[in-house]
Amino acid sequence: MKIKILGSGCRNCKVLEANTKRALEELKIKSDVEKVTDIARIMEYGVMSTPALVVNEKVVSYGRVLNPEEIKKILK
Amino acid sequence: MDLFYLLQIFVNWLIYSLFNLQQGSVLGEAINFFVYDSIKIFVLLAVIILIVSYIRTYLAPEKVKKILSKKFEVLGNMAASTIGIFTPFCSCSAVPLFIGFVESGVPLGVTFSYLIAAPLINEVAAVLLWGLFGWKIALLYIASGWIISVVAGVILGKMHLEKYVEDYVYKIKIKQDLKLQKKMQRERFSEAYQEVKLIIKKVFPYVLVGIAIGAFIHGYAPENFLTKIAGESNWFAVPIAVLIGVPLYSNAAGVIPIVSSLIEKGLPLGTALAFMMAVVALSLPEIIILRKVLKTRLLIIYVSIVTAGIIFTGYLFNWIL
Repeated sequence: MKIKILGSGCRNCKVLEANTKRALEELKIKSDVEKVTDIARIMEYGVMSTPALVVNEKVVSYGRVLNPEEIKKILK
Repeated sequence: MDLFYLLQIFVNWLIYSLFNLQQGSVLGEAINFFVYDSIKIFVLLAVIILIVSYIRTYLAPEKVKKILSKKFEVLGNMAASTIGIFTPFCSCSAVPLFIGFVESGVPLGVTFSYLIAAPLINEVAAVLLWGLFGWKIALLYIASGWIISVVAGVILGKMHLEKYVEDYVYKIKIKQDLKLQKKMQRERFSEAYQEVKLIIKKVFPYVLVGIAIGAFIHGYAPENFLTKIAGESNWFAVPIAVLIGVPLYSNAAGVIPIVSSLIEKGLPLGTALAFMMAVVALSLPEIIILRKVLKTRLLIIYVSIVTAGIIFTGYLFNWIL
């Protein structure tokens, strides 16, 4: 599984990253979480409101900070 | 009857009877003013932000982009400015917004209408104006902000400034078409509620400090002390107020209560409104961030047109009110 967090480094992006890592831990999935901060690369996903969560190159959420429970539902 | 009449009676009782401050005394009046205004403004803020945030859940930028890419001039500017009323604006989202719009074919002028309206017409500012000056002034503020955004966007569009957008913006290609998120009613309400908590928490200290300074001026500053320096006879008060306001990065929440008590002391309403608009519409951090996507020349044109629009509005209000 390839997971990316899109966001220009705002506070919300960091919270989303932490929540994602926690969800992964609880599901016992080993996967790297890549942070994409370059605006041009973020835009390639069509996302305008950050932070966004990308799983296997698909945008699964944007403009919201998901909590670990919500992320677990998506990852399952 | 005024909705807040009962609140005033309650506050009067609280201050003059319970705390036994003398009615008509400077301290009593100042504290009464502070308590009454704070309660009234926070009630209004909670209600209005809830409504606006709920509407906003239907206006994600990814969706707005699709609506605005239909390429209607003028009508597009009007739509963009209207949507801008409901959307907040933080300088951190300006760049992705701009690129996303331009990329999906939203005309440059329409993009600017949105970029101007989003910060200029701010719901916290509207609520404060409503609470402190009445709904007519709040409406006047929203209407004039809307007109400035439409007109400035149309002018910028007619000037054909596309070549002054940074080149890399046009090179970005969106690889996937984002599927718009579907939201349940329950989610929309919960999002709106979260937003209310977040905004109130953010503006809380500014509003209180603003109202406290306002209350102090209300109680202690001499009557009409501003009439001479900034009164209507002083024709360059408007541009000076705007030029001070443009680089200022403060939220409307703190500025408006102070401005409101300055009006009591003789500052003309148009000058005050122009100052407030300059503070919310343009700020130094925003200008610096926009430089990432706009070449200097376009940036200067953009700032000048918006500034001119605000100054014009200030004169207009001083003249008609």
